[in-house]
Amino acid sequence: MIVLRLALQSLRNRWVTALLTVLAIAVSIVLLLGVEKIRTGARQSFADTISGTDLIVGARSGSLNLLLYSVFRIGNATNNVSWQSYQDILARPEVAWAVPLSLGDSHHGFRVLGTTGDYFKHYRFRQTQGLTFGAGAPFDDLFDAVVGADVAAALGYRVGDPIVVSHGLGSVSFIEHDDKPFRVSGILAKTGTPVDRTVHVSLEAIEAIHVDWQSGGRIPGQSVSADEVRGMDLKPKAITAALVGLKSKLATFRLQREINEYRAEPLSAILPGAALQELWGLVGIAETALTVVSAMVVATALLGMVTMILTTLNERRREMAILRSVGARPRTILALLMAEAGVLTLTGIALGIVLLYIGLLALQPYVDRSYGLNLPIDAPKPAELVSLLSIAVAGCLAGLLPALRAYRLSVADGMTVRT
Amino acid sequence: MVAISVDQPAPRSHVIAVSDLSFTWPGRNGFALAIERFVLPARERLLLIGPSGSGKSTFLGLICGILTPQVGRIDVLGTDIAGLSAAARDAYRAEHFGIIFQMFNLLPYGTVIDNVLLPLSFAPERRRRVIAKGSAEQEAARLLRRLGLAAELVRGPLAAKLSVGQQQRVAAARALIGAPELIVADEPTSALDRDRQTAFLDLLFSETSEAGATLIMVSHDESLAARFDRVMRLDEITLAGQKDNS
Repeated sequence: MIVLRLALQSLRNRWVTALLTVLAIAVSIVLLLGVEKIRTGARQSFADTISGTDLIVGARSGSLNLLLYSVFRIGNATNNVSWQSYQDILARPEVAWAVPLSLGDSHHGFRVLGTTGDYFKHYRFRQTQGLTFGAGAPFDDLFDAVVGADVAAALGYRVGDPIVVSHGLGSVSFIEHDDKPFRVSGILAKTGTPVDRTVHVSLEAIEAIHVDWQSGGRIPGQSVSADEVRGMDLKPKAITAALVGLKSKLATFRLQREINEYRAEPLSAILPGAALQELWGLVGIAETALTVVSAMVVATALLGMVTMILTTLNERRREMAILRSVGARPRTILALLMAEAGVLTLTGIALGIVLLYIGLLALQPYVDRSYGLNLPIDAPKPAELVSLLSIAVAGCLAGLLPALRAYRLSVADGMTVRT
Repeated sequence: MVAISVDQPAPRSHVIAVSDLSFTWPGRNGFALAIERFVLPARERLLLIGPSGSGKSTFLGLICGILTPQVGRIDVLGTDIAGLSAAARDAYRAEHFGIIFQMFNLLPYGTVIDNVLLPLSFAPERRRRVIAKGSAEQEAARLLRRLGLAAELVRGPLAAKLSVGQQQRVAAARALIGAPELIVADEPTSALDRDRQTAFLDLLFSETSEAGATLIMVSHDESLAARFDRVMRLDEITLAGQKDNS
């Protein structure tokens, strides 16, 4: 139909402003959908970090705090769990396995985790995946260390390299355990979890580097050499937390309650899934804020489109007068302007979707590598389709504003344009 | 050109008959137009003269059914368009009127052919007439050639690339396509120099009589008067001009 073709040509005639309008809408769509992708990706990455563990046990604290420091290496433990308590839990009949975790030292900003060889056996991520070695083997000697993939990549470590652990958690530390250097015995394959950014050593090693320490500093005049320490009793006195696997999931809640009521020492046992839910509740506010902001950006883009159409309206009064003179009804002009808004909005949405997926394809490997964030490249979810549809409708409705003005102008002007 | 062609037998006695008409612009400092009687015989070439502000545009708006009078009848081809709904008046205008403006007749981003074909989208009867003779594009091209537009301009460029004289010819072709009964031209030659004015009028006259159409042309240029069947001053037919401004 000629009228529609002319309307499109009219738009093409104003292609610079039309293109900018479409781009603004497209970028807002990328933002809106991108935030959603990052949100789901982040949730998935968090949820994928730990699986197969039924309970996490630590000193009495909030469940979120315990989850964050034990699994995500965020924040610090407020207190320790005594070795005796750990042994008690391990001895429970319903417990299949328990892996001790001891945190507190670092290596060039990467956390150092004291644990046992069982860690490599029982730790699971992305539902069922276990840890695998990219090179080398689990620690065997007292001063062996297994580094995560990111640690190896960032610091250029190969199996056999010596490393020195720092006391405390700063990325630049002035107190080094330099009297007792470690040797890289293995490098873990990439997992996309905090494991990649962790240096793993044995619990005994953690004990060993601290034998001549007290209250966060070396005891003056008392130095134990690396060789001397091998002969000492390195049974740990305390650990930071423990991952516990049960023989039957049915026992989870009962054991959790019993650990929480453990008499000898105040302990907390948490379900990783439940703690994650608590985390979502917390970050949900931020997520909502992000969504609101991107919705505002979409609204701004649509407003820009309305402004664009409105500003061209005056110079297009002749166009409308000509259309009226050949028999177009004011309603036709209303429809044309709404169609213009609709075409701009739909083109913007389509371009936005294309840009989003191009961006996802281009950035996904990088984001996964750098942030351990696995962005899903999948079709838009029903909820996203609904929001896209409402944006399309909103765009057409926004077009109503200039369209109604054009309608009034064309009724008032008739065939004569008073300019 | 022969100035007299009224004595041809006309199928209808008149194409337009206005009686007891009164129109006041809503809220526009009371500008009003009142016409007791105005008749336009079929196939007549009428020149309507009046200084700007005398209500020419209002008069044309009423005749073409874009404005509706508060009182009175406007019979066009036997239909009282003042009594039609707005939508029916728009359809009626599309079907029976070819309108040429003073300037800026064309949609600048459209091709020449598209500009000529535009009225057919709103006028099924005119479209049928055109298609009966062949394709709409052929008819548009034929009209443009007859109006003296060079062949390469017919197929080619956007309307905006044409000179003012060429644009007016395209506008005339748009008004004439599908043979509407009435051609209304609002100062179509005022943007042209004298030579091109004459040439354009020659073409317009020969094409309107070819199509058997009636022509109303509005101008403030009385020197054109000799070429029309009838010359009328707007103040001769109106009872009231600008109430407030007079």
